[in-house]
Amino acid sequence: MLVNELKKSLFVSLWFMFLTFPIMVIQVNTVENIIQWRWANLFFVGVGSFVLSALWRYLIRRKEQGIQETEVDGVARVTLSQRLLNNRRFTIPALFVVSILALAFPFVFSLYQTNIMITAMIYVLLGLGLNIVVGVAGLLDLGYAAFYCVGAYSYALLNYHFGFGFWSVLGIGAGLAALFGIILGFPVLRLRGDYLAIVTLGFGEIIRLIMENWNAFSFGPSGIANIPRPGFFGVEMNIEQVTIYVYFLMIGMSLFTIFVVNRLQDSRIGRAWIALREDEVACQAMGIDKRKTKLMAFALGATWAGFAGVIFAAKTTFINPASFTLWESINILCVVVLGGMGSIVGVIVGAFVLILLPEYLRFLSEYRILAFGAVLVVMMVFRPGGIVETVRRTYQYKETA
Amino acid sequence: MDMEPILDVKQLTMKFGGLRALDKVDLDVYQGQIVALIGPNGAGKTTFFNCITGMYDPSGGDVLISPPKNGRPQRINGIKPNKVTEKGLARTFQNIRLFHNMTVLENVMIGCHCRMKAGILGAVLRGASTRREEEAVIQKSYTILKKIGLEKYVNDFAKNLPYGAQRRLEIARAMATDPFMLLLDEPAAGMNPQETHELDELIIRIRDTEGISILLIEHDMKLVMSLSDRIFVMDYGKKIAQGTPEEIRKNPAVIKAYLGEEIDA
Ligand SMILES: Nc1ncnc2c1ncn2[C@@H]1O[C@H](COP(=O)(O)OP(=O)(O)OP(=O)(O)O)[C@@H](O)[C@H]1O
Ligand SMILES: [Mg+2]
Repeated sequence: MLVNELKKSLFVSLWFMFLTFPIMVIQVNTVENIIQWRWANLFFVGVGSFVLSALWRYLIRRKEQGIQETEVDGVARVTLSQRLLNNRRFTIPALFVVSILALAFPFVFSLYQTNIMITAMIYVLLGLGLNIVVGVAGLLDLGYAAFYCVGAYSYALLNYHFGFGFWSVLGIGAGLAALFGIILGFPVLRLRGDYLAIVTLGFGEIIRLIMENWNAFSFGPSGIANIPRPGFFGVEMNIEQVTIYVYFLMIGMSLFTIFVVNRLQDSRIGRAWIALREDEVACQAMGIDKRKTKLMAFALGATWAGFAGVIFAAKTTFINPASFTLWESINILCVVVLGGMGSIVGVIVGAFVLILLPEYLRFLSEYRILAFGAVLVVMMVFRPGGIVETVRRTYQYKETA
Repeated sequence: MDMEPILDVKQLTMKFGGLRALDKVDLDVYQGQIVALIGPNGAGKTTFFNCITGMYDPSGGDVLISPPKNGRPQRINGIKPNKVTEKGLARTFQNIRLFHNMTVLENVMIGCHCRMKAGILGAVLRGASTRREEEAVIQKSYTILKKIGLEKYVNDFAKNLPYGAQRRLEIARAMATDPFMLLLDEPAAGMNPQETHELDELIIRIRDTEGISILLIEHDMKLVMSLSDRIFVMDYGKKIAQGTPEEIRKNPAVIKAYLGEEIDA
């Protein structure tokens, strides 16, 4: 067995050496008109691909063994993250430490760091919102940034034209985003999977292109500047104080989001969403109104993007359509997929990992997309449930006679 | 029987392009009956269920129900599947369609969905009435599982259940919608004789203790003959016979349709 596996890895490495030979080994020096043979590179490619391939095979084998074992015992394998989350001796101290850290953060770290944290929390909001649509209801939405855009422009435009303040627009922006969620929802009611993904992608691009080209309405690609930061009963604040204020505002918003999303998921509506994801036909046959349930998912998902958009506009004080591209939608989707579809803790972890890692690994920024892709592939193969997999709730019932 | 039938299907027709999957089929079910719909493969039995439960919009004919509780007769063809379920017709699927990544209890709780009221606000605020409703549904679902004999699987994922238990869970889920009539599409398919025997008893128990009438499609002739009050036979989209098990057993048209197949169980 082992010899066989190693043989396969050997073939892989030979194949790779052959494929990369022209670019990795032969180098034409046009100045001196000679060909340089870089045999050392061939060696590195060979060894590298051999080791990686062997490792890959080993991990796959281990994963398959794990699956077989579960089938034999009939007991579902509980992952470490699930065990930890179910253990109060772990969760309570962990929550305590996280709260202290969160409260102390802006006073200990620099303004720059605090700003990064605010961004990460905006992604927590976005991730949790998209999680309703993609993770829970199973509707693949690639145009989510459009709702984020709606939120941000609601604040910018309502403020510019009518002088609306942050707090009043927070609700209006979310409401408008929800409305757009329903507008998108109607035409895609019948679509599933890839078709749905493509239409939502198109919708996202339409919103962005409108913002880019309708100069009279949105000021085009140059965007809108001087958007006021959130106010606090008219108190004058310097930049540092405002940042700390926004930081705590975001903590409040995140807690609010977690509370609401958690309650929604664990309710009649949340169950209907999951059932919709599992089997649309059976779901309808069980008396669930597919239309209403889908529209609710789209609208509620978009609501959080609306909140996040308003806060984003107020935080950066400048917005333009370039912030709401397809790449942004994909980024948010990655937060959900990487963190763990359907899992609230997972999405929060995903948001922090995805926002903080690139910030602190700036020296790797050239390889960012490459690393991103590699991580996604590895995750999909070995941990398709995400960093923190969802745990189905168990209910308490009384024994009946 | 001078009562009105609770389900009265008249001249039901379903065309798929040139194919008449259903051709003017009549069928009726009276309160408290167990009625079987049989026929060779491809006869149109599942299509018949799909037309009654709103999955397909029939090309012709009428589906009338008069629920025993509020006996107002009404026409239900063309309405959405979830509305049909709300009116009290619940079905199971030939190819099991459970919610695989939900627990067994949750599967049944989904069945209760259309009898619950909590909306978005109720879910978020979780006031006393929402909590009470939620508790009642958990309790109701557990009670149903107990009746069906699935209580030991309550917190397991539906996908991890043995095959026979999955079929029974489909029945439990359908019962959670408070139907006056259950439509079972080949409930015994893939079951061993022991499981089939238990299913036989279960179906009779559902009829006797819950007062739910039953229309079932089944290929297992022994089960059909022992369970049914009346049998309808279809072939190539047409109804070719109807009657008691005794009459069907002797019917020459049925014997011809089942040529070679054993029907004397
Ligand atoms: N959606 C559809 N589109 C086209 N043809 C269909 C469709 N559904 C069913 N049919 C056709 O209608 C006929 C009846 O199919 P149906 O599934 O109702 O048979 P059945 O009696 O349930 O058979 P079985 O015992 O194998 O389940 C078949 O010829 C089938 O190919
Ligand atoms: Mg069938």
